[in-house]
Amino acid sequence: MREVAIVGIGQTPVREHWDRSLKQLAVDSILSAMADAKVEKVDALYVGNMLSYELAGQENLGAVIADQAGLYDIEVSKIEAACASGAAALRAGIIAVAGGAQEVVVCCGVEKMTDFLTDTVSQGLATAADWEAETLHGVTFCGLNALLMQRYMYEYKVKHEDFAGFVVNAHQNGISNEMAMYRNPITFEQYNKAVEVTAPITLLDSCPICDGSASVVICPLERAKEFTDKPVKITGSSCAYERVAVAARKDILFFEGVYKSAQKAYQQAGRGPKDINIFEPHDAFTIITALSLEACGFAEKGKAVNLAREGKISLGGELPITTMGGLKSRGHPVGGTGIYQVIEVVQQLKGQAGKNQVKDCSVGMTQSIGGAGTVVVTHILEV
Amino acid sequence: MHIPQYHRLKKQLYRLEGNVCRECSHKFFPARIVCPDCKSRQLEPFQFSGRGEIYSFTRGTLKSHYAQEGPIALIKLEEGVTILSQLTDVDYDQISFGMKVEMVIRKIREYGPNGLLIYGHKFRPILN
Repeated sequence: MREVAIVGIGQTPVREHWDRSLKQLAVDSILSAMADAKVEKVDALYVGNMLSYELAGQENLGAVIADQAGLYDIEVSKIEAACASGAAALRAGIIAVAGGAQEVVVCCGVEKMTDFLTDTVSQGLATAADWEAETLHGVTFCGLNALLMQRYMYEYKVKHEDFAGFVVNAHQNGISNEMAMYRNPITFEQYNKAVEVTAPITLLDSCPICDGSASVVICPLERAKEFTDKPVKITGSSCAYERVAVAARKDILFFEGVYKSAQKAYQQAGRGPKDINIFEPHDAFTIITALSLEACGFAEKGKAVNLAREGKISLGGELPITTMGGLKSRGHPVGGTGIYQVIEVVQQLKGQAGKNQVKDCSVGMTQSIGGAGTVVVTHILEV
Repeated sequence: MHIPQYHRLKKQLYRLEGNVCRECSHKFFPARIVCPDCKSRQLEPFQFSGRGEIYSFTRGTLKSHYAQEGPIALIKLEEGVTILSQLTDVDYDQISFGMKVEMVIRKIREYGPNGLLIYGHKFRPILN
């Protein structure tokens, strides 16, 4: 197996891009990642996307996007793993390069969600859950996470307001990120007064529906200096999952898929939770942030909210998270998110995170979760 | 939802029928194809009693053509298996952890004025 490095990054702002299509967003990020790596030709394109059929009437995205980007004579395909699609596309690229099947690969994540009203988008997102056991009964994705949050609060005697720190931190970090969708601070008071979506989840527990695309160029580490002076090594890449239906799990308050995915990535990188300088979790809902921090080994069960309360997750803390705004503030263009997370860690590792730069940052971890804790892709990056 | 799909689900939705593993005796709802615990394919139908208690719940207020407006709950059945179902005949503010509930048949959703009506299990508080 060859070691793999990231040599180029490109991203579009996360917005409601009413004047731009799925294809335009994807091509923009692909070409800007290739320009960053100073490559004109690549060997493969893997596109991570979840809802292009439901929300753009388009499948066969690998070919459709490569065609528009003017990339011919290359391997193409779309990779789908619900909200972890972008990260899964990166992992597909890593497997191809590490195994020697490809040399220079673009991994693109893209989602175009705002052409439809919330109802249709929610219905699409809910296809990540088990239809016969869950969605058929009318539960939304937000509802599934609400069931987790309600039980979490009951079992660990945690109040809703205890989750506020995750949101305040994410929005504080998003202010300086030009790519972020919401660049406004959120106060504890605003969080506590937010309108209910699906009790106990409120609007400010939840990430936004939005459009965006992000891409990275990867190649064998031994060739990375051809493209950049500062390659970022991918030392861990893993995918794991657990039972899809929440009700079928032995312990709904322990994300087994997250645990397995993180453990695999730690083993590959020869690292543990204490070695991670920054972590980009899948903060689609505050309860996911809490359960992820616990299953990754950053906090004991039921204690994750303490990390926020004690300021440990802020840029100057022991474990900065959502350093560029996370899914909550930067936004969650579903298939794009996994690549945005990786780009943000690359920026931190290369000292290019501007006002959000974390000091002495050399090991970063990203994690994307598809479904309610179901399929989990984790990456560890290092310089 | 299409008619053949609904037809295949009738035992699950009307009778609360899951299955039980002949090898390790673990029970499942909905029915599984392979036992996730011992990997056996020797699974036979098992009808659950329809009695249990609330393990977690949410209001489910999203007004939508597909999502139910009433409460949704995780219910721990007395056989030890947890399932997701809607609650009925109860206000959200009356629901509590551990509340005893029983299964009833209700309309789960409808697909427009000329579309399918889907009936199946919901749960309500046990009336003493």
